[in-house]
Amino acid sequence: LRKNVEDFTGPRERSDLGFVTFDITADILKEKCIFDWNVKQLFLYLSAEYSTKNNALNQVVLWDKIILRGDNPRLFLKDMKSKYFFFDDGNGLKGNRNVTLTLSWNVVPNAGILPLVTGSGHVSVPFPDTYETTKSY
Amino acid sequence: TAVAGGGVRGGAAGRAAAMDLFGDLRRMNKRQLYYQVLNFAMIVSSALMIWKGLIVITGSESPIVVVLSGSMEPAFHRGDLLFLTNFHDDPIRAGEIVVFKVEGRDIPIVHRVIKIHEKENGDIKFLTKGDNNEVDDRGLYKEGQNWLEKKDVVGRARGFLPYVGMVTIIMNDYPKFKYALLAVMGAYVLLKRES
Repeated sequence: LRKNVEDFTGPRERSDLGFVTFDITADILKEKCIFDWNVKQLFLYLSAEYSTKNNALNQVVLWDKIILRGDNPRLFLKDMKSKYFFFDDGNGLKGNRNVTLTLSWNVVPNAGILPLVTGSGHVSVPFPDTYETTKSY
Repeated sequence: TAVAGGGVRGGAAGRAAAMDLFGDLRRMNKRQLYYQVLNFAMIVSSALMIWKGLIVITGSESPIVVVLSGSMEPAFHRGDLLFLTNFHDDPIRAGEIVVFKVEGRDIPIVHRVIKIHEKENGDIKFLTKGDNNEVDDRGLYKEGQNWLEKKDVVGRARGFLPYVGMVTIIMNDYPKFKYALLAVMGAYVLLKRES
């Protein structure tokens, strides 16, 4: 699983808003045959995790996708924009060097336990120290 | 027993079995009736004890819930059964499926956590959204409420069974069905005889 990202923050009165573009290359079948007879779908999501002065732990889901059993298990996504607004609770994104993006998934069985699995790779995304006012998203 | 045997044979034999049943009823004296009632009460108490036990073990006030809407499709459909736990030390993390109640409303909602902001002391506020909904749940929260807190959580979904909860939905939508079911169950327990 590989991700390449480019990012910047925009000024908002009360909270920082982060903009992230990313690529995802994923080959799901490689992960020990995850689609066994009892798996109905996978709920894939990309989340950003970071700490700020205000809050010790923040996690924001930027993007998600549902993969049903039988769908193409290989993902080649380029230049994806985040599906959801990446608001911080405060101004903790500006200059934050330690924002980590991780890909995780929720296995939904036909019947039984619902495990949440975190992908093994993660990518660190440092946010620049200044607000970006010129870029459009 | 005579009653069970009669059910198997058919037609005329069935009618004879029904006569047997009424005969039995008339012959049952008070002591036997009290015994049957006690049996019934024991069954009801045991069921309640099992339910309370589940509440204690899982830490959730409602450890088994039925999905009522299609907002989490295609993962969960109306009528599916969810098993919840609500351990105090379990942290709430993005991506988890939680069941929560909005203050002032009775109906629990099953959605996914998409944002969390947690302070060092453990205070957490989070936002949820149904997989099948376009927007997050802010519209469902109380007027002026933008985030959920730990106290709003009924439990975290740990396991699920499809379709089984449909019985509860049918009983809610068609109360006559519920009464009929209870009447049949009551009659069976009261009239069943240990041979």
